[in-house]
Amino acid sequence: MSHMRRADLFELAALGAAVLLPLALQAMGEEFYIGFAARLLIFALAATSLNFVVGYGGMIAFGHAAFFGGGAYVVALAMQAELFAAWLVWPLAALGTALAALAIGALSLRTRGVYFIMITLAFAQMIYYTVISLKFAGGDDGLPLPQRSTLAPLDLADDRVLYWVALALLAAGLYALKRLAASRYGRALAGLRQNEARMEALGYPVARLKLVCFVAGAAVAGLAGALLANQNGLASPTQLYWTQSGMLLVMVILGGVGQRYGGVLGAIALLGLEEALGRVTEHSHFYVGFALLAVVLWAPRGLAGLLEPGKRRQ
Amino acid sequence: MSQLILEQALNGLQFGLMLFLLAAGLTLVFGIMDMINLSHGSLYMGGAYLGAAAAQASGSFLLGVVAAMLGMAAVGVVLELLLLRRLYRRDHLAQVLATFALILISNETVRMIWGPQPLMLNPPAALAGPVELFGFSYPAYRLLIVGVGLAVAAFLYLLVGHTRAGMWVRAGASNREMAEALGVDVRLLFTGIFALGAALCAAAGVLLGPLLAVQVGMGENILILAFVVIVIGGIGSIRGALVGSLLVGMVDTLGRALLPTLLRAVATPEVAGNLGPALASIAIYVLMAGVLFFRPAGLFPARA
Repeated sequence: MSHMRRADLFELAALGAAVLLPLALQAMGEEFYIGFAARLLIFALAATSLNFVVGYGGMIAFGHAAFFGGGAYVVALAMQAELFAAWLVWPLAALGTALAALAIGALSLRTRGVYFIMITLAFAQMIYYTVISLKFAGGDDGLPLPQRSTLAPLDLADDRVLYWVALALLAAGLYALKRLAASRYGRALAGLRQNEARMEALGYPVARLKLVCFVAGAAVAGLAGALLANQNGLASPTQLYWTQSGMLLVMVILGGVGQRYGGVLGAIALLGLEEALGRVTEHSHFYVGFALLAVVLWAPRGLAGLLEPGKRRQ
Repeated sequence: MSQLILEQALNGLQFGLMLFLLAAGLTLVFGIMDMINLSHGSLYMGGAYLGAAAAQASGSFLLGVVAAMLGMAAVGVVLELLLLRRLYRRDHLAQVLATFALILISNETVRMIWGPQPLMLNPPAALAGPVELFGFSYPAYRLLIVGVGLAVAAFLYLLVGHTRAGMWVRAGASNREMAEALGVDVRLLFTGIFALGAALCAAAGVLLGPLLAVQVGMGENILILAFVVIVIGGIGSIRGALVGSLLVGMVDTLGRALLPTLLRAVATPEVAGNLGPALASIAIYVLMAGVLFFRPAGLFPARA
């Protein structure tokens, strides 16, 4: 193990601490926070999936809520059809959102710049309005889940188990991101971000590379949405609304666009700040807003950028 | 049936003109400075609250409108000088983060001052009743909104199309660097545009107040419609914003009124009841996607 770098060791230590967290919270009698920690991990996974699209793929997608919320609705609707098995329904949620993203991405990627931002937003709003006007999807009230998904031999009704499952999926996602950045595909994406015309001239299938990135990000967001439906006990239309897309984008920018841990840091910082402020004031968003402004003005590369002192002067 | 269509067309015209008040400022900010301002809807909300409070305090609706427009214009100037000015040269992501933060701050500020309950705003008493129009009765207040909207549209048309300041604005939207090189003070111009845009937003907020609820979150709902309008019209073009506003207002209003009825003719009532409202809600987004598909820079591209 002598070849392991310090960063890898730090990562392993953080993972170990994250695995033990629910047991520590339990020992302290703070079981409530196990559910909150699971929520953090789920949002971290969703934000990481968006960071892949925005930071790695270079596409400012403003409709990620469609996939995040879409995954939640797949789980809720499947339960209405008496389908509870996570191993069947969760991949279905990822597959369903991937197919939706394939259609949306194929159309949206014909535009660029602000028009791409706006057209992804438009598609997400179409999905939002379609869902709230469908009576079988619960309309404005959303669809409550009668129970959590089943994942034998594990018991997801136990908050700790849901937390560990979310942690395992997030860790897998982050590991995949690490391997991907070093792969041929990752290098091609990096090339695309720098100069799309040159990559096109070199014979890379630019449109397909970007579409694959968009679809993969959406599939992971769908999976995160399936987890969130289980955590909340509800598939809610607010999860599909454009402010949710904005929230995820804010997490990514706050954490660090294109930084592997950007989505995780952003989700933890934003939701953690909200929760901490929520204990002392009912107007927590007021102060969260000012904190975000401070990040925009004084930490342009996000929180992950602050943690890399060597690269600060760029 | 034809009376229903006429009445709904008037409603669509009225909604479209109010959208234009929002879209006019947004399209110039977006077009000249290439700045995504998500907090534009907050100026609309702020105007509605300020106007409702001033109208309640003074008992005069007109005073409410004036107070809202002046108040939000001042807020707009302060915002532009203190914050937005630093964001023009930053990328779109930084602008999204900063202006999303402004949404959070302004929603909570409104909640702190006026509480979580929606405010009531009554139309002026003289305009509370209906008027006879082409053989049917139509609310006088809605007719006033149509009149004001048309007047503002004409005013903006003259201002942008036939004054020196308007010429600078058009030059800035067409090619900012060139306009600067020719001696236009784009920074000062932009503070002015922002103040005007904020005042127009506030006017729309107060005027729509008696028709829609004055509540926290009203800005987020209408902001996206304003973005749809300017993307359809072509970013940076006032004429595009007007055409886009009227298109969106008409399609949205007529769609909601007529689609469920039309569907009932071809489908079962249950399917029509479910599908009608859904189709009506997404009609404007389909319209925008269609426009972008065939005219990627909108109907009236402003960029040279």
